[in-house]
Amino acid sequence: MKEELFASGRQIPDIDPYLNVWHWQIPLYLFLGGLAAGILFFAALFTILGKENEMPAAVKKAPVIAPIALVLGLFALFLDLKHKLFFWQLYTTFRITSPMSWGAWVLMAITPLSIIWVASYLKEIIPGWKWKFSILDDFEAFVIKNRIGLAWIIIVLSVILGIYTGILLSAFNARPLWNTSILGPLFLVSGLSTGAATILMMSKSATERRTMSRIDLLLIVIEVFFIVHMIMGFQAASQVQIDAAQLFLGGQFTVTFWVFVIFLGLVIPAAMEVLELFDFHIPVVIPVILVLLGGLMFRFIMVEAGQITRYLY
Amino acid sequence: MRYAMAIDTRKCVGCSDCVVACQLENDVPIGYCRDWITETVDGSYPNVEIELRSERCNHCDNSPCVRCCPTGASHFEEGGIVVVTKNECIGCAACIQSCPYDARYSHPDGYVDKCTFCLHRVKEGLKPACVSVCPTKCLYFGDLDDSNSEITNILKNRKFKTLAPEAGTKPQIYYLT
Ligand code: SF4
Ligand code: SF4
Repeated sequence: MKEELFASGRQIPDIDPYLNVWHWQIPLYLFLGGLAAGILFFAALFTILGKENEMPAAVKKAPVIAPIALVLGLFALFLDLKHKLFFWQLYTTFRITSPMSWGAWVLMAITPLSIIWVASYLKEIIPGWKWKFSILDDFEAFVIKNRIGLAWIIIVLSVILGIYTGILLSAFNARPLWNTSILGPLFLVSGLSTGAATILMMSKSATERRTMSRIDLLLIVIEVFFIVHMIMGFQAASQVQIDAAQLFLGGQFTVTFWVFVIFLGLVIPAAMEVLELFDFHIPVVIPVILVLLGGLMFRFIMVEAGQITRYLY
Repeated sequence: MRYAMAIDTRKCVGCSDCVVACQLENDVPIGYCRDWITETVDGSYPNVEIELRSERCNHCDNSPCVRCCPTGASHFEEGGIVVVTKNECIGCAACIQSCPYDARYSHPDGYVDKCTFCLHRVKEGLKPACVSVCPTKCLYFGDLDDSNSEITNILKNRKFKTLAPEAGTKPQIYYLT
């Protein structure tokens, strides 16, 4: 039996008895980043494929959510910072080894591009919209002419953003639950799925809904596969990672993980989307809300549980 | 130059003088600490072994905290000492997450703080505060690259271990066992 106690009574706030320095802001930030990445990915994808008219919600309407999510996400990140007045230090340097730095710069690039994207469709979404200055009209014409180019840039940045939301956690070797490279692809797929669900809810065209619903179903299947893969990976790794997986396999987070993330967030919406394929009609908001809540919950649980896991010595 | 510390777990009595000396020397706010004492109990009565350790930042050679810092606030100083520059730190806590030893904390003023091996004293040729007050003289500080230094000799002659070497950070605090 090995027992460890702090004889000096170390009780540092947020660190003892177990680490809890990241609160709700970080999981919310990861969720909003993933959501924006998902929406922008599909907007750019269908533009590149030349399907603007078949997929109007994906290309024109849903992207309105992206800049809002990005700005809220950045604000959540800002709230998390404890030395806020020095925020600008993030943008005086680029550190290639720091995921936090990558994220800050990718957000800096993709947020204005998403605003430009939305602005270039304003005339189509809001009939009678007019720009106040003619220079904006010229700029709009320029953007519309180069939309495909913009779409290529956005699709690349959105994939980086989606993966980054996972890498931000997986780069921490000290937290065994996070330290798995599958977390990048897993959060990317989860983000794409929340994006697809949002588009599904905003769409009015039956063909578009069918396409998005099938895409979402596929993404959910991939996500489940990645989660199984992650847990198997933990089971095959060192003791600290086996212990980390135990949090979901009988430990403290078992119920929240299986009920909210797996069952309500993945299995039920997937089942509903399958039923939909066979023409049983279910109000689309139900699977959509479940996918969104499941995605949010997943990030909360991962951030919360990961901080508890550590090396023992 | 490679600064390191050796700590004799056979001499340490867990008096916490090093903790208090550090708090005074470095103006550590009340309720926080840069170094602390850990007591590990192994076995059960009558076959018990107790190990006392004075712990602090390991000034790792392969330090994840320096790598993950988005601003460069966490950086290496001379001899591999890991230091945080207050006015570059944004308080994102990435470095706190990255440290396998939980050696960092968020200072009430916002920035992240931790052991500096008393760099300000070392620069003047003094020893870190904890080393100079230890009543049992169980802390040794010095340069591992200097083959004549006290610490190099001690590590040559005594058995030692590092904490959680499997975390791969190449910690530079050596515990003599
Ligand atoms: S002990 Fe922690 S804070 Fe110190 S250098 Fe190593 S990783 Fe960084
Ligand atoms: S909290 Fe400060 S020192 Fe730590 S990673 Fe963030 S900016 Fe760097």
